[in-house]
Amino acid sequence: MEHVISVLVENNPGVLARVAGLFSARGYNIESLSVAPTPDATVSMITVVTSGDEVIIEQIMKQLNKVIEVLKVVDLTEEDHIERETALIKILTKQAQQRDEAIRIAEIFRANIVDSTPQTYTFEVSGDAGKIQAVINRLKPMGIKEIVRTGRIAIARDAL
Amino acid sequence: MKLTGSEIFVESLKCEGVKTIFGIPGGVVLKLFDVLHQQNDVEVVLTRHEQGAIHMAEGHAKATGKAGVALVTSGPGMTNIVTGLADAMMDSVPLVAFTGQVPTSLIGNDAFQEADNIGISRPCTKHNVLVKDVKDLATVIKEAFYIANTGRPGPVLVDIPKDVTTESAEFHYPDKVSLRGYRPTVSGNRFQIKQAAGEILKAKRPVIYVGGGAVFSGAANEVRELADLTQIPVTMTVMGLGSFPGTHPLCMGMLGMHGTYCANMAMHEADLLIAVGARFDDRVTGKLSEFSPRARVIHIDIDPTSIKKNVHAHIPIVGDVKVVLKELVQVLSSMDGNPTSVKAQRRPWLKQVNAWSAEHPLAYQQEGKKQTKPQYVIDKAYELTKHKAIVVTDVGQHQMWAAQYFKSGLQRTFLTSGGLGTMGFGFPAAIGAQKAYPNKTVLCITSEGSFQMNLQELAVAAIYKLPVKIILLNNQFHGMVRQWQDLFYEGRYASSDLGNTPDFVKLAEAYGILGLRSEEPADVEAVLKEGLKHKGPVMMDFAIDRFENCYPMIPAGGAQHEMVLEDPPQLKTARKPSRKKGEDADAVLPA
Ligand SMILES: Cc1cc2nc3c(=O)[nH]c(=O)nc-3n(C[C@H](O)[C@H](O)[C@H](O)COP(=O)(O)OP(=O)(O)OC[C@H]3O[C@@H](n4cnc5c(N)ncnc54)[C@H](O)[C@@H]3O)c2cc1C
Ligand SMILES: Cc1ncc(C[n+]2csc(CCOP(=O)(O)OP(=O)(O)O)c2C)c(N)n1
Ligand SMILES: [Mg+2]
Repeated sequence: MEHVISVLVENNPGVLARVAGLFSARGYNIESLSVAPTPDATVSMITVVTSGDEVIIEQIMKQLNKVIEVLKVVDLTEEDHIERETALIKILTKQAQQRDEAIRIAEIFRANIVDSTPQTYTFEVSGDAGKIQAVINRLKPMGIKEIVRTGRIAIARDAL
Repeated sequence: MKLTGSEIFVESLKCEGVKTIFGIPGGVVLKLFDVLHQQNDVEVVLTRHEQGAIHMAEGHAKATGKAGVALVTSGPGMTNIVTGLADAMMDSVPLVAFTGQVPTSLIGNDAFQEADNIGISRPCTKHNVLVKDVKDLATVIKEAFYIANTGRPGPVLVDIPKDVTTESAEFHYPDKVSLRGYRPTVSGNRFQIKQAAGEILKAKRPVIYVGGGAVFSGAANEVRELADLTQIPVTMTVMGLGSFPGTHPLCMGMLGMHGTYCANMAMHEADLLIAVGARFDDRVTGKLSEFSPRARVIHIDIDPTSIKKNVHAHIPIVGDVKVVLKELVQVLSSMDGNPTSVKAQRRPWLKQVNAWSAEHPLAYQQEGKKQTKPQYVIDKAYELTKHKAIVVTDVGQHQMWAAQYFKSGLQRTFLTSGGLGTMGFGFPAAIGAQKAYPNKTVLCITSEGSFQMNLQELAVAAIYKLPVKIILLNNQFHGMVRQWQDLFYEGRYASSDLGNTPDFVKLAEAYGILGLRSEEPADVEAVLKEGLKHKGPVMMDFAIDRFENCYPMIPAGGAQHEMVLEDPPQLKTARKPSRKKGEDADAVLPA
């Protein structure tokens, strides 16, 4: 099963290599990985999406915790949480008819068209993995030129 | 007061109480060596190879329990210690390795002797740090020792660029470390400990399975108290040896691939395993799906990753062995049931255990006129040094025979490379242990294959007058490899016949070391006695039966109770070592 794990780490050079190296050395999957600063400049947040059975996920959590520069590890899959990913999708829109269609799709999925040239539109779409896949599927017939995705990030929902 | 980075380095070592470091200089660490040269508190042992230095630091650490220290230069100096780092990582040996690095301004430029020390060592250290600013140096060193010595011990690498050794900063050695991401759990969960006590009282066929964690924790007394109180038989991993007296009636000896019949049968039949600082290594469990099939498992370990990694634990207890066992014994003693009833309850199980032990004890036959059996040499060495020697082994058959026949009674007196199985570990590690304890008898039990991987350190033993007693069990084979070839490759000795080994007596003499040779069983005792009596280092070269195999043996992938106990019939007939043309081993076989 897929697990989204957030890993709070010291903002030191080499920390990402330590975390990524741990996954590769022990043969754990990384389906996506994102790193970003946090409001505390000394700390960064790594979000890893991985998969494995219960025993493997337990090992992954423990192994991550064992890294000296790791401060906190949370398996968000175990709690109520929100996941987001952003994709930038560049499509071919040579004909006017395609442009109209693209705008309609953007409206339906609440995506933004953030750039345009005579031949292309660039979509920005944000949501969970399912939504992004749906947009990609809809745009595919028009001809996708390029897709760039951020990888997933997630945050726990607080209890009311 | 402002000090240079090199002075800070030396002052920090003094603050840590370091008396000896092992290493070899080079361009970027000259300043460090220069400052070391001008003081007398920290001695530098100049080794002949960096691998020698790192294994000496390991031997020092394994013997004392405190971090060993090595100092080597950038590039090749660093890459030469990688094996030792990986070895220390596997066996939880506390080390602090200092490596030189090119000046910060040149890092990443493929500068002369530049290597990515941090990148290379990341997977084989507990932690590693590049010091970029001399102001951080003291704190980094303090943290390095703290991390190496606490929790599950391990190697830490500190990479120091050349400019950091020359620039100056205010020196203040911190009293405390504050590492928010590193807080090992020492005391076990009370509730879990109570649960464990309950299981122990219920169990009919319990076994205490003791590993290296009991050694690192210094918990020999606690292990003994638990065993005596509950009358549970004890087995040890090769890393746990010394934690329980080999001569105690409840001692079953070592378990695992070359463990005793008794210990492996007891593990297989057990209904409760109390794992004490042991990590269920595959050399111990054999085939996992058939490992101790009826046992519930209590697992005490300071490192949560060791628990439920290979074998499910019904009662996991994260904590230090000594602290947890103390509490467990306390809880058990306050529970109902008196010692005589425990004894009565345990009687059938102990009777079975004793029966196994009587059925297939460790044994060998030394016939007077025939070739010397390696076990006989070890047995004699044990008799002559009982409980007084520190035994350091290399890797191979000799290692397993030493583990079987040296009934170590004290912790930190059986030092070996277990997890990585590093040939070449033994001799330098013995030198390191001897350096820590100059007045103790240190035996290096080795064989010609392993010994030749770090024999250059004979110079160190001679020059520093470290009286290591080398017991070289000379079978002119990579014996352990030959054994596998005998059993699983129809006796084809592919690249395991070492043939033309040097004359080790002359080799020792070339270094100014006494060399003695034993050619037949009648020589063994005299050679050992003379070697042990000699004041300096000694090389004792024992010509042994080339074809002796080490039993019991659980074949790789086999289940615990499926031990091979002796040479299968086809091996008992004559064997001919296969040799390529031009290799005339007999020419140098002792006549
Ligand atoms: C040729 C060869 C043959 C071998 N055959 C055998 C064999 O027959 N039998 C055998 O046993 N081994 C054998 N070995 C060794 C084997 O490979 C492993 O190294 C060994 O079994 C591991 O021992 P251990 O489980 O005690 O773990 P160690 O590697 O000693 O690990 C110690 C464990 O204790 C924990 N720990 C550390 N400090 C503490 C503390 N203070 N409190 C609590 N827990 C702590 C650690 O986290 C770790 O999990 C062989 C090796 C070689 C090279
Ligand atoms: C550095 C290294 N290389 C290879 C091996 C594989 N290996 C394991 S045991 C062994 C043979 C050991 O020979 P020797 O030191 O002569 O000991 P013996 O088995 O003869 O007692 C080999 C090659 C190893 N453990 N370490
Ligand atoms: Mg040999």
